[in-house]
Amino acid sequence: MNGIFQNEVVVVAFTFIIYFLAQKLQAKTGFILLNPILITIIIIIAFLMIFNIDYESYHQGSKYIDFLLKPAVVALGVPLYRQLEVIRKQALAIVISQLAGCIAGIVSVVLIAKLMGASREIIFSLAPKSVTTPIAIEISRSIGGIAPLTASVVIVVGIFGAVFGYSILKLTGVKNPISQSLSMGNAAHAIGTSKSMEISAGFGAMSSIGLIVNGIFTAVLAPYVLKLMGIWIVF
Amino acid sequence: MHYTSVSLPSSIIGMLLLTLLLKLGWIKPAWVKGIADFLVKTLPFYFVPAGVAVMLYFDLIASSLWPIVVASAVSTVIVLVVTGWTHQFIRNRSKKTRDTLKSTEL
Repeated sequence: MNGIFQNEVVVVAFTFIIYFLAQKLQAKTGFILLNPILITIIIIIAFLMIFNIDYESYHQGSKYIDFLLKPAVVALGVPLYRQLEVIRKQALAIVISQLAGCIAGIVSVVLIAKLMGASREIIFSLAPKSVTTPIAIEISRSIGGIAPLTASVVIVVGIFGAVFGYSILKLTGVKNPISQSLSMGNAAHAIGTSKSMEISAGFGAMSSIGLIVNGIFTAVLAPYVLKLMGIWIVF
Repeated sequence: MHYTSVSLPSSIIGMLLLTLLLKLGWIKPAWVKGIADFLVKTLPFYFVPAGVAVMLYFDLIASSLWPIVVASAVSTVIVLVVTGWTHQFIRNRSKKTRDTLKSTEL
């Protein structure tokens, strides 16, 4: 089995087929826990473990998929450009609330993880946890976290936010629908955005602004927030 | 090789540059629309390998499972509430200011 999985085409095709089927499954059931990425990752890991294939041989082929991650993040510039007008109109409210959410997110996750005794690399992996997965992976790599851990945590956080986000917001007195959808994008990135999308396209658009603005803020600020916190805390 | 002291990931710099060049009109949306829409639509697929690599860290995660779960869950609630409250507060305030301005004009 290791042999077949050293063939790049087999790995790419295999990954794609699983992902394609997982997407179909969610489209059919509409069940949020059946997140296609999560399902694909779980199935591939289970497959590799059952057939005793080591990660390295899978990686020989999967690096060709990974290679497209950076260009795809660059491509996010196009949806960002399309939203610029909306962002400009409500610039003050969006920028300040996203900034507050971004910093609160980094500081709280780092503090709690530290208090509970997590190691430095785990703390750094959690710092970008509210950001959309591709950006979070890039941030994690650049600040010295474990990118695969970041990716898994981000997906689980997104599902958690999508399931409980709107109830938490209502319970805590956030009643304005624009504020709600913006927070969903900020805290639960793309998965929270697809939840908002179910309510309306307008909610979805607002969430997608939250997700992209928080991505940029976290990428820019995370290294500095961690450095500042490092003055008081020994990671 | 780092030419600047900026620790921003190269892909984020690329994303911001693309947005800026589109805004300035140096790149026309039509030139990049096809490929960009394709890449954004298929984006989740490209981070499957990074996710699968988590199997290399099962022991590490198992040893810190509670810090990871509790910190992420509590912090997510904090992010939701802080963002929501701040946004709602600013919007209500600017609305109030507008209303007062209107009433003084009358």
